[in-house]
Amino acid sequence: MQEVVDIRPLLAPAISIICAFLIFWKGENTFLRRFFSLSAAVTKWIIVLSMFPVSLKGIIFTYELLPFAPGISLNLRVDALGMFFSMVSSTLWIITTVYAIGYMEGEHARKRFFAFFALCVSTTVGIAYAGNLFTLFIFYEMLTISTYPLVIHKETPEAMKAGRKYLFYTLTGGAVILFAIVMTFYLAKTTTLSQNGILSIEHGVHTLTLLFALFIAGFGVKAAIMPFHGWLPSAMVAPTPVSALLHAVAVVKAGVFGIIRIVYNVFGVSLMKELGVGPILGWVACITIVCASIMALLQDEFKKRLAYSTVSQLSYIVLGAAILNPLGALGAIVHIVNQAFMKITMFFVAGSIARKTGKKNISEMQGIGYKMPITMATFTVASVGMMGLPATAGFITKWYLLNGALEMKPPQIGFVIVLLLSSFLNASYFLPIVYRAYFVKPLDGDIAVGEAHWTMLVPCIICALYIVALGLFTDLPFVPIQLARVAVEQFFR
Amino acid sequence: MKLTDQFPILIIEVPLIAAALMPIIGHWRRKWCMPFATLALSITSMIGYYLMLAVNKSGPISYHVGAWKPPFGIEIYFDHIAAFAFIIALFGLLIVIFSKNYAEHDLEEEKIPIFYTLVMLTLTGMIGFTVTGDLFNLFVFMEILSLSGYALIAISGQMLTAMASFKYLLVGAISSLSVLFGIAFLYSITGTLNMHDMAKMLEVARAPHVASVALTLFVLGFSVKAALFPLHIWLPDAHALAPSPVSAILSGLTVKMGIIGMIRIFFVIYGVHSAINVMPIMEILAWMAAATIVLGAFFAFFQNDIKMMLAYSTISNIGYIVLGLSMAPFDKSKVAYALVGSLVHVFNHAMIKVLLFLCAGAIIYRTGLRKLSDLQGIGKKMPITLAAMSIGVISIVGIPPTCGFTCKWFIALGAMEGGKSLFAALLLFGALFIFAYYIKILNTAYFREPTEAIANVKEVPLSMLIPIVILAAGCLVLGAGTLGYVPIKFIEPAAMALLGR
Amino acid sequence: MTFLSKLGTNFNYVISTLLFVIGLYTIITKPNLIKKFMGLNIMETSVFLAIVSIGAVRDGKAPIVESATKVQYVNPLPQALILTGIVVAVSTTALALSLMIKLYEQCGTLNADKLKEFE
Repeated sequence: MQEVVDIRPLLAPAISIICAFLIFWKGENTFLRRFFSLSAAVTKWIIVLSMFPVSLKGIIFTYELLPFAPGISLNLRVDALGMFFSMVSSTLWIITTVYAIGYMEGEHARKRFFAFFALCVSTTVGIAYAGNLFTLFIFYEMLTISTYPLVIHKETPEAMKAGRKYLFYTLTGGAVILFAIVMTFYLAKTTTLSQNGILSIEHGVHTLTLLFALFIAGFGVKAAIMPFHGWLPSAMVAPTPVSALLHAVAVVKAGVFGIIRIVYNVFGVSLMKELGVGPILGWVACITIVCASIMALLQDEFKKRLAYSTVSQLSYIVLGAAILNPLGALGAIVHIVNQAFMKITMFFVAGSIARKTGKKNISEMQGIGYKMPITMATFTVASVGMMGLPATAGFITKWYLLNGALEMKPPQIGFVIVLLLSSFLNASYFLPIVYRAYFVKPLDGDIAVGEAHWTMLVPCIICALYIVALGLFTDLPFVPIQLARVAVEQFFR
Repeated sequence: MKLTDQFPILIIEVPLIAAALMPIIGHWRRKWCMPFATLALSITSMIGYYLMLAVNKSGPISYHVGAWKPPFGIEIYFDHIAAFAFIIALFGLLIVIFSKNYAEHDLEEEKIPIFYTLVMLTLTGMIGFTVTGDLFNLFVFMEILSLSGYALIAISGQMLTAMASFKYLLVGAISSLSVLFGIAFLYSITGTLNMHDMAKMLEVARAPHVASVALTLFVLGFSVKAALFPLHIWLPDAHALAPSPVSAILSGLTVKMGIIGMIRIFFVIYGVHSAINVMPIMEILAWMAAATIVLGAFFAFFQNDIKMMLAYSTISNIGYIVLGLSMAPFDKSKVAYALVGSLVHVFNHAMIKVLLFLCAGAIIYRTGLRKLSDLQGIGKKMPITLAAMSIGVISIVGIPPTCGFTCKWFIALGAMEGGKSLFAALLLFGALFIFAYYIKILNTAYFREPTEAIANVKEVPLSMLIPIVILAAGCLVLGAGTLGYVPIKFIEPAAMALLGR
Repeated sequence: MTFLSKLGTNFNYVISTLLFVIGLYTIITKPNLIKKFMGLNIMETSVFLAIVSIGAVRDGKAPIVESATKVQYVNPLPQALILTGIVVAVSTTALALSLMIKLYEQCGTLNADKLKEFE
């Protein structure tokens, strides 16, 4: 495997950190704040994009940042998977920033908001580029800390409570991960991620199983695997751009990304098969998929329903990773981007509606499609994608996951059933919203409500178009799926 | 004869003479006390720095007081552990700079020279305690630092301070006597007071029972000084009620003397080979430390007074240090992760806790308030102080890349190595609990609107800000990067030397 | 019998331990701060006694070299140590007493139980 030393892996997270400090410094000024946020977002995107073609060839970037103490250092390393994740987050950062500028108009403490927003994305890219478990952990914890002020942005008692809950869950998860990392370091004498795993069966089956369980429990908190999902619905009290970021891009994806790293880069495929923990993880994911979908059905608050839907969708990725064959892995990785775009569209829509009409519950949204037709059209696209109908991004994921499950030896029919059932459940909690929006006459028709401000509308449209594009043009060059293929090749070499 | 040869004694003498001269200077010009103390401590830190470099380059320095050869005379043994004297002098210097405004603001004028005298005395005691190679000398320095510490707690003369001081004095005096009794027992079987000589004699003495009784007395005595559960009862009141600069000295530096005492007893006198194995003292200490971590964090959680919170957190952190000590592997095949972590934390915790108490002091100086619930929105009024405090908080919780993380990593690794994963888990979750109460400080400071009571609060004067900013920068810089290596690089040989490798 | 004879030869340790415990008992049980402090003084004395007795030699002489003949000397070191120890003890006592004066001025009592109410 070819490796090159390059400064760009450092630049990408550094840009957003610099941006955060600039905002702390001069963020009172609205123009400067917007300028810093947008220019940093674009610069970062360009940097990440410039690494894309090289990464597509399977070349790995490395950058040794800081030594800490003997055996541990801050170390950046960009393989295809990391590249993939950073592409997703840096692209979505631009879109979310535009949306947030519109959404946060007139809110308090915007300086703090945008600064931590930038920090948050910076740490996400850091997680993507982490070259060893230790670096991963550092960025993972920094992500927790930097999202906390965003969760409690409203400073209401309810927000503070949600913030406490968020910290309690994620920091406990962090402590579990740290414990597991210490254990890994003790066993393997290194924490550097490697393409085929760093542990071997010699360390003992029981120890390794325990270690795996610890890692999954730790990362499972942010990945919202049941029963560790409790923080996610309550964190919905945050402003919508934050919810979008938390639930589509940064936090939850950091969790599943961690799980993928653990499965493929720490344990490695062959060791996973020897331990036989893959199917168990798969069933845990299945239970989460089904239970969360049912919970989503019961929610009336729009954002809560989306939150439970996120919980369920994330476990697709975990399931894909647990299938342990190239197709499953491909499905898992592709779903990182697919779910991100679909869910972020939905959150944008929820936010636009809440901003424009003040309505937060689904039962109040009769005929909203008449008033905000474009917004609701994008929502419809996203929900069709979630159901996994062909010609949308969601279909690609489902296709790979189903094939992956069938290719397992022996084929796991149970997984197939769960996936199909989940599509049905997705339909049954998203379609009523679409139905209510278009086919029920508005109650308060006399109140004139139009589309949201363009800064909020355009991101929705872009995301919706991208969902379709991802579903139609899978084989074009420069489409993430190519990168995902490279990543899978690196795992299953 | 070069002047540098005399440095090991000068590092004690300079602050001691300064302390003696302080009342005279104070009588003459009250204003000059603080500059004089600053000068004396600057010289002391420079000497300490020179000695530290010398130790790092060419190993321990032995100085014979009055040219009497050990074991007959008093020996000053400046090894890697003694380099903590430099830290004491340096942090003492920062604290004295910070104290300028405190002393002018909160103390009656005639007390100012006394205040500086006592500060210098207690620092002298600590420096002497760390550098001495003679066991009885150790006791004398311990008394010097303790007595001036008791007096400093009560110096403001407010209600309750005398009570807190008396409580500390009573418990402290018992612990000192316990140490002295231990010294008596060891002297009776070895006939010497020089630590290294005693270590040799102890091996030939073949009196395991007397040795273990003495060991118990030492552990008991030093546990009180270090505030190990259940001997911690004196600490919260004393540290919380003392004036803030004094709290910083007590919490950051004085409690460490208990730890240094334990290190001297365990590793220098009893050594790797002998009586330490007579009884499961390390096992007992480990459990005491574990209980200390948990209970310290638990009680801190319910405090509303910031200084009380910090005081309980000191208890909890001492638990970390002692846990690391107790897991020091005497087995040569193992890397001494736990011991390194523990020694690093002796230094790191000193830095963090001095920082936190100085920040608390700055807040109290400006607002006169110490209840967390009264300080809402203080972060908007005193941005620099609170930013530094946040760094301190993040460090003490041990979130990377601040300096607090390094020691947790090492101690946890050491626990794994010793096959005690339970302690590693306890350690990491203890850190979590600590965060739970510190987040309260950050929440109150930043995410609430300022109340009426602090509407006119300004940032503290420069003389208070400088020490705070230096310490906060230290917390950040010494956690990672090439500079992050510095403490570890220095401490690793120290740990190796302690384990006799 | 051996135990008793050992006790006989080491009676200095027995007595000082006994005094140590008596002092500790006083500190713990007596509510009056002055009495507590007297307990502490008893403890101090017990330790001093122990140390001085270590150096004692039966029929030993003061360690002043007068003639070249071999004479049994008393070990002077413990006595020197105890002198230092006594100085320390005295200063501790002075500090404690001044603290007690302050406490009495502020609270009007030296009873530990009553002082608790002021906290």
